Amino acid sequence: MPEMTFASAAPDEIPISLTINGQLHRLDVTPWTSLLDLLRETLHLTGTKKGCDHGQCGACTVLVDGTRINSCLALAVMKDGAEITTIEGLGTPDNLHPLQAAFVEHDAFQCGYCTPGQICSAVGMMSEGHASTRAEIRELMSGNLCRCGAYTNIVDAIEDVMQDGRPAVREAAE
Amino acid sequence: MSNTEAFVGRPQSRVDGPLKVSGTATYVAEFGAEDLLHAVVVSGAIAKGRITSIDTAAALKVPGVIEIFTHENRPRTAWFDYKYRDEVAPPGSPLRPLYDASISYSGQPVALVVAETLQVAQYAASLVEVSYEAEPAVVDVAEVLGEAYVPKQKRSGISPPPKPRGDADGAFLAAPIRLEHEYRVAVEHHNPMEMHATTVVWEGDGKLTVHDKIQGAQNSHGYITSVFGLSADDVRVHSPYIGGAFGSGLRPQYQLFLAVMASLQLERSVKLVLTRDQMFTFSYRPDAIQRVALAADKTGRLQAVRHEAVMGTSRHEDYQEVVVNWSGLLYSCDNVRLDYKLAQIDTHTPADMRAPGATLGVYALESAMDELAYAAGIDPIELRLINFADKDENENKPFSSKELRACYAQGADRIGWSRRNPVPRSMHEGRELVGLGMATGCWEAQMQKTSARAVLTANGHLEVSSATADIGTGTYTIMTQIAADALGLPLESVTAVIGDSSLPTAPVEGGSWAAASTGTAVRAACHALRQTLLDAAAGIDGSPLAGATLDQVTFQNGRIAFIADPVMSVSIGEAMQATGKERIEAEETASPDMKAMATYSSYTHSAIFAEVRVDEELGIVRVTRIVNAVAAGKILNPKTARSQILGGVVMGIGMALHEESIPDKNLGRFMNHNFAEYHVPAHADVEDIDVIFVEEEDDMLNPLGIKGLGEIGIVGTAAAIANAIHHATGRRVRHLPITLDKLL
Ligand code: FES
Ligand code: FES
Repeated sequence: MPEMTFASAAPDEIPISLTINGQLHRLDVTPWTSLLDLLRETLHLTGTKKGCDHGQCGACTVLVDGTRINSCLALAVMKDGAEITTIEGLGTPDNLHPLQAAFVEHDAFQCGYCTPGQICSAVGMMSEGHASTRAEIRELMSGNLCRCGAYTNIVDAIEDVMQDGRPAVREAAE
Repeated sequence: MSNTEAFVGRPQSRVDGPLKVSGTATYVAEFGAEDLLHAVVVSGAIAKGRITSIDTAAALKVPGVIEIFTHENRPRTAWFDYKYRDEVAPPGSPLRPLYDASISYSGQPVALVVAETLQVAQYAASLVEVSYEAEPAVVDVAEVLGEAYVPKQKRSGISPPPKPRGDADGAFLAAPIRLEHEYRVAVEHHNPMEMHATTVVWEGDGKLTVHDKIQGAQNSHGYITSVFGLSADDVRVHSPYIGGAFGSGLRPQYQLFLAVMASLQLERSVKLVLTRDQMFTFSYRPDAIQRVALAADKTGRLQAVRHEAVMGTSRHEDYQEVVVNWSGLLYSCDNVRLDYKLAQIDTHTPADMRAPGATLGVYALESAMDELAYAAGIDPIELRLINFADKDENENKPFSSKELRACYAQGADRIGWSRRNPVPRSMHEGRELVGLGMATGCWEAQMQKTSARAVLTANGHLEVSSATADIGTGTYTIMTQIAADALGLPLESVTAVIGDSSLPTAPVEGGSWAAASTGTAVRAACHALRQTLLDAAAGIDGSPLAGATLDQVTFQNGRIAFIADPVMSVSIGEAMQATGKERIEAEETASPDMKAMATYSSYTHSAIFAEVRVDEELGIVRVTRIVNAVAAGKILNPKTARSQILGGVVMGIGMALHEESIPDKNLGRFMNHNFAEYHVPAHADVEDIDVIFVEEEDDMLNPLGIKGLGEIGIVGTAAAIANAIHHATGRRVRHLPITLDKLL
């Protein structure tokens, strides 16, 4: 074990500010807190899921300044000043984002646990603009595992929204 | 009594869909509590032996650490083994976490660190120093085949192989066409996307609300009260959303014990979420080494079937599955001998994983059938039709229904079987070899005793409830559909409530029985309200329904109406008002029809077709198309039903090509315990899946005609893929997964 004791590090909370789903948060965080744990455990934004904590499943995907990332691989302090959109910021049960609505329509999930990550990832993928075929969608969505095996329906839902040409990212709700 | 079904049988989007897609469905690790503590498990590093010392001093010094539990300071829990046996425990002694210094498998929990924050608990857990005295461990079933035994005590619900019929050995030797091979499937771990977790909310005064990842809240409830000696009223288990389980959540897992123990001892709320690598430390699909021998005459008629399996289990529990019985059931044959044994290894106890037993046994049989088709020079579908079983020859009973012939025909048509040149390596496209293969699938249609309650309130809202679960299967939705139809209400007027131990009794959700069991109970509870409503409606002054009896009316579009003259009607709201009550309710219990069960055998069937493309130089396999034609009785909701089959097929693709928990024989540990090295199918692995539901009517088992769908999608899928790979490449791989090294 390293010599450095935890006690000397513990008080070192670092002030950061994050805009999450349009709302500014000023927070003091320990430097070892991942963005995922900050969202889930501190801010109780539990829509973002933890499936591995190792960047291997995509369940924790969120949009940081419009780009999809695995929030379990990002330390919260590294994202100081960033704009973050989580699944809660895309839409609500009564006012679903087109992709969320398409997921329901196409039954693009079963247990629903990978779903917020799939949807955030798809929003990010669509704005990257590299996917135009099903094969490309599959390739570019492969960082998001679905153990329930809803893949074909997920691709259907994404294709549906892409064909509609609706904007991929709505303004985060104010 | 008549009722046109407005919702049952029609595609409906999931009623819990908007919550799930917006991140507002609350899974078990997402419940908050005041002053919630976080717990982290320290996993043992050896597979067999003892803990010689455990040093928690450094960890305890970390500010924010509240307590560290080990076998040395754990609180006392129940003494007798049976107290730890949950609703679906196999025979044996269940694991008692932190019980003593002995270690019986790698990854066994050895300490629990409880701290104010997750990060502190994780860090402190890394400081716990454990020393061991290790003994050699065996984790490969192949090394203990000589110690295989027939389990003394049968696991409840698992039929042992039937007695031999005819003379399988003699007939085998006498037949002109015969083959015998060994088949094996790698150990697989369930790996639902949500890791196992428990949040225990300390309500004060020894009362607990427990959110546990479980496929039946009452199983966890029974376990906690029994192990910790708590009164039933002091514990409520509440798990409304489960992020997948596939069988790993049938039994309470060690995180439940540990979280409850910590909460009771500290009198605080505690949350414990396992890590992904800890998801490889309980429950797995066991390794079964199987030998299948088939013999046929020149026309392809089966003359002999032998199927033997030795399956791995732990040292402490005789976990069992139905592996070989399928070989006496699927085809007609007079000479059959089936054998099933266990062999103990130093791992945790295996557990039911999607279609336990059938997935393994049917894979072996259906691979062997494909080999027989080649040996006899007969088309694989034709071979199966030649040997079609018109009755269950294991039990000598007729089938309650079996539309398998239609599955073969419709599936073959959809995949374009007629274009198949049977010669291996005969079909190419670009640099890829193309192969078509098929297999049969089968799963028992079951029903379990289940209760449900229906409550109709004055505002016209109907709530139906039962202690069952929805692990992604669509239970919420089908309960809502059935209830809405039963009282003729719109879907929006119905709410389904499940996942709560305080609700009417239900078994764990598994075995594909939930829809039939819960569905029948919900329907019965709603029907029990009909008489009350009709009496009230008929009693209204000048009621158009005066004197009407239940069989003369229909409940539809929110009204009770004469079938003969629908204009004569009273709305449910008016009827409810006429009862003069705020709410009316009924609870009913549905049980399987024992007489029908004694008379008939009831199974779902399927025909699975796979098209694969194999890169000739690199050995890379793509499953470009699967067609799965399923006969499963009444389909309640074609939309969610289709998803069940898709999910089974995708897991079958994983079994055929990817999934393998690789044990290190020296360490006795599954080494690839993460999603980077344990590959489950990803988007790129899944191309086109076509699901066909073949019409099938069957009202023998339950009034709704439901047979269940959770398992059937995976059964046979891996065999169809393996058979297609053989057709494409000429290579017969009998050890799954078929990774590219096996094709080069
Ligand atoms: S939890 Fe972040 S990738 Fe799995
Ligand atoms: S819906 Fe369950 S993991 Fe994707």
